[in-house]
Amino acid sequence: MRSLFNNTPAGMSRRHFLDHLAGSAALGATALAFGRTVEAASETLRRNHKSVVLLWMNGGPPTIDMWDLKPGAPTGGPLNPIATTGDYQISEALPNLAKLGDRLSIVRSMSTREADHTRGRYYLHTGYVPNPNVVHPSYGSVIAHELENSVPWLEIPPFVSIGGSSEGPGFLGMAYAPFQVDNSGRVRDAQPLVDEERMSDRLRLLAEIEGRFAKQRRGAAAGEHAKVLGKTVSLMRSDQMVAFDVDKEPAAAKERYGDSGFGRGCLLARRLVEAGVPFVEVDFGGWDLHDNCFTQLETKLPQLDRGMSALVSDLDERGLLQNTVILCMGEFGRTPRINGDAGRDHYARAWSAVVGGGGLQGGLAIGETSSDGMAVESTPYSSEDLMATVCQALGLSLDRKFTSLNGRPMKIAGGGTPISELIV
Amino acid sequence: MRGAALAVAAMLVLAVGRGAAAADSSLTDEDVVSRLDELLKQSWRDAGVSPSPTAPDGPWARRVCLDLIGRVPTLDELRAFFAEPPHERRAWLVDRLLGREYTVERSRWDATQWAILLVGRTGGMRNNSPIHRESLEAYLGDEMRANRPHDEFMRELVTATGSVRPEDPDHNGAANFLVDKLGDDAVQATARTAQLFLGTSVQCTQCHNHPFNEQRQNQFWELNAFFRQTRFQPIREEDSNRRYGRVVNRDFMGEAGRRVTLEGEERAELYYELRNGRLKVAYPTFIDGTPLADVMLDRGVDEGDSGRLDVVDRRAELADLIARSDEFARVTVNREWARLLGYGMVRPPEDMGPHNPPSHPELLQTLADAFVRSGFDRSRLTRWIVSSRAYQLDSRAGRSNADDDPAAGVTPAFSRFYLRQLTPEQIYDSLVTATRADEGLSEEEADRARRRWLRQFTIDQGNDENGEATTFNGSISQTLAMMNSRVMRRATNLRGGDYDNQTLLASIAWDDTLSDAERIDRLYLAALARKPTRDELRLAQSLLAKREGDVAETLRDVWWALLNSNEFILNH
Repeated sequence: MRSLFNNTPAGMSRRHFLDHLAGSAALGATALAFGRTVEAASETLRRNHKSVVLLWMNGGPPTIDMWDLKPGAPTGGPLNPIATTGDYQISEALPNLAKLGDRLSIVRSMSTREADHTRGRYYLHTGYVPNPNVVHPSYGSVIAHELENSVPWLEIPPFVSIGGSSEGPGFLGMAYAPFQVDNSGRVRDAQPLVDEERMSDRLRLLAEIEGRFAKQRRGAAAGEHAKVLGKTVSLMRSDQMVAFDVDKEPAAAKERYGDSGFGRGCLLARRLVEAGVPFVEVDFGGWDLHDNCFTQLETKLPQLDRGMSALVSDLDERGLLQNTVILCMGEFGRTPRINGDAGRDHYARAWSAVVGGGGLQGGLAIGETSSDGMAVESTPYSSEDLMATVCQALGLSLDRKFTSLNGRPMKIAGGGTPISELIV
Repeated sequence: MRGAALAVAAMLVLAVGRGAAAADSSLTDEDVVSRLDELLKQSWRDAGVSPSPTAPDGPWARRVCLDLIGRVPTLDELRAFFAEPPHERRAWLVDRLLGREYTVERSRWDATQWAILLVGRTGGMRNNSPIHRESLEAYLGDEMRANRPHDEFMRELVTATGSVRPEDPDHNGAANFLVDKLGDDAVQATARTAQLFLGTSVQCTQCHNHPFNEQRQNQFWELNAFFRQTRFQPIREEDSNRRYGRVVNRDFMGEAGRRVTLEGEERAELYYELRNGRLKVAYPTFIDGTPLADVMLDRGVDEGDSGRLDVVDRRAELADLIARSDEFARVTVNREWARLLGYGMVRPPEDMGPHNPPSHPELLQTLADAFVRSGFDRSRLTRWIVSSRAYQLDSRAGRSNADDDPAAGVTPAFSRFYLRQLTPEQIYDSLVTATRADEGLSEEEADRARRRWLRQFTIDQGNDENGEATTFNGSISQTLAMMNSRVMRRATNLRGGDYDNQTLLASIAWDDTLSDAERIDRLYLAALARKPTRDELRLAQSLLAKREGDVAETLRDVWWALLNSNEFILNH
């Protein structure tokens, strides 16, 4: 056993540091279960990993103007529907996505209860409503936690959030927190201040201070920090950091995804999926369209169309779409009624989400809403159902239970039921 | 036509209503603290737990400095603290931190925290935000320096009018609170006022009745009616893209125009839509069900539902109703308790009410009553809590209270001090204090560095609730910034120079009067307010051997490790 106090001059590798952290008794054997092989895995193995890309329409998109149009209704708005290669119509402002209609399906019968941003984003990210006694893990954290072992070579964080905050890891702990980067993929402060060997000396000192404090029964946060340190060092030292370097993409690829923050975020998401990251969220903000909804859609919808269609077709061409679930939604939809400021307000009772890839059935419109878009007129689906569908596609058992810190068992995807039409 | 005598009487009532509550001079701090301690001990007995032992003095001093002035103590401050007799030093330090000597630093820290509560970390940071953050913080700094009674403070915020820009003749820093919340019929003004000063989350009832308690949709809109005489007015800067705003009062004639009852009274109405599409009417009514019209009638004003400012100033009336409510004192003491002890007796603090009972009802009420009797003295409230038994305890769990861990979802028993992440502001200010990393920077450069650091961790959700998130919560991003950022490079700088221009590290490394052991001691004290253990010393010594006796470079490594430790970035 390596001593914590030896002063061997050899540079300390990532493994050594992790061993040191794991060696500090407080962390216990399970705290740092790094059953990973350092050697790069074979190309086949890499190709078989599964991922999810969540395109998060932050603020709540007007899905009545995008995925479930009501032409002619007083609530319909100015946009017209066009045909797609799938079994449904979508907005004329999304022509490139229309060509991918057979790859994607629309769930038009989303019906939820949280029409407040903070509560809605929590619910759509976790499957639970906020509760003062439990902080639920977001879907990204759950999937990172569940799929981490299927990508043993991965040295960058298993949950990356691009351009937004996503939601936290809750009781799964900070080691599964979203790693947040901006649309350019810039990772701040990734260069160590000192050389490798010196850094190892420093980390050894740190492991001692860290371990002493963590084993004093002060609470989980003390030990969590050691785990995050391990992930941070792993990231800093990894060649896989190159996955974040979206500038390395050829000009044609950048052009394809479009010159928008969202477009760059989608391109970055593709690079991360290729690298094996199990959950990537791309945040596309500015959907809180209480006023001038339709003029704002004139810029937003083309950006969405270009970035999302490029992502789906690019993944498809690379043979990755089959293993990558795409999910596009926000915290709720928006009111069919158009308000006095030419806007639409928050509306959770009837809205649409888009899902595809990962072996899920494409080309379908699931469920329907009333002629004015006010109500769902078929089986309503929830955040939990959508997530159960995604878990099913990833091959995760829906019987999987987590135990929250207060001992309550919690089913994966909040006990939702997969949407059967989507399961092939 | 009202008689002159009646008007005078009304003015008198008004004067009494608006004045600050007088402090009760028979209330002593000792009595309040000993009552809190009795109740705490009783609650531990009832729960069958033994509280953790008293925290060691050094880490306790670190804790109270972080909470009251937003940073860790300096070596000099620790030395002075330890020079006091053991049984007096804690009270001595609390006196000092709440006293004149720290007024500037404390009020700046309090202002920072209040600014975050009032407008978030992103308010005023974007060009299109009407908030003038500097003027808000300046205003808050003045309020905190004066220790303005909390009811007056609340009244200033809730009733503010004027421009947020300091150069305008009608400038009022307090207007920053409401200036970005008046759009969409002042929905956010209503929601935030209720959360902050009444501990009530009414915003969900804007669209539908609360699923879990009896709050009804009408409650939201009746409270909202108090804000309908209030308007936002944009201010455009001539030669920049920056926009600001002002809050103005205007007569409100009702959403459907002027309405007069059969008795000839004017009533300014607003309408809201039930989920079944029916329209309902709302008049100003406080959350306890008191209609403003009744309040006004008691004062001899017949047309209480009028929206004319010369008849009734709705926001001024709202401020009075808030100040007199039980909720106002309860939410304030609960929030301060949560700030200092990590968790509130009601969680979350903005959702109090019968559906969410407190963990320690008597304790909460005792504090609330004392706070009212003190004349809403925030400084005394802080003193009571940091002087209470709960605040003295170690964060280490003992045998019987290991389960007392609200992070694990149990109701807090406050039988130990709970670990918590420092805020980005606390970490940065502590880093700069502990390391003197800013020596050699101009004030402007130092400010810019601080702003840049704080900004990188805040994400603006860009929605109408001013939602935002921080990535400074123990994440990889935070860890990278602690390990490798510019401020850390400056903090671990060894360059020479005279004492005043050196980092702490350099001043210790180059001080020939110190032994190596003393040097390491000082670094540990400056970062963690404790001395190194024998193992830690041994490790440092082995590194020194590896560095072939280069003390300065060895200290530099130790210093970096200390600043990156869990023990540094947590309050414990």
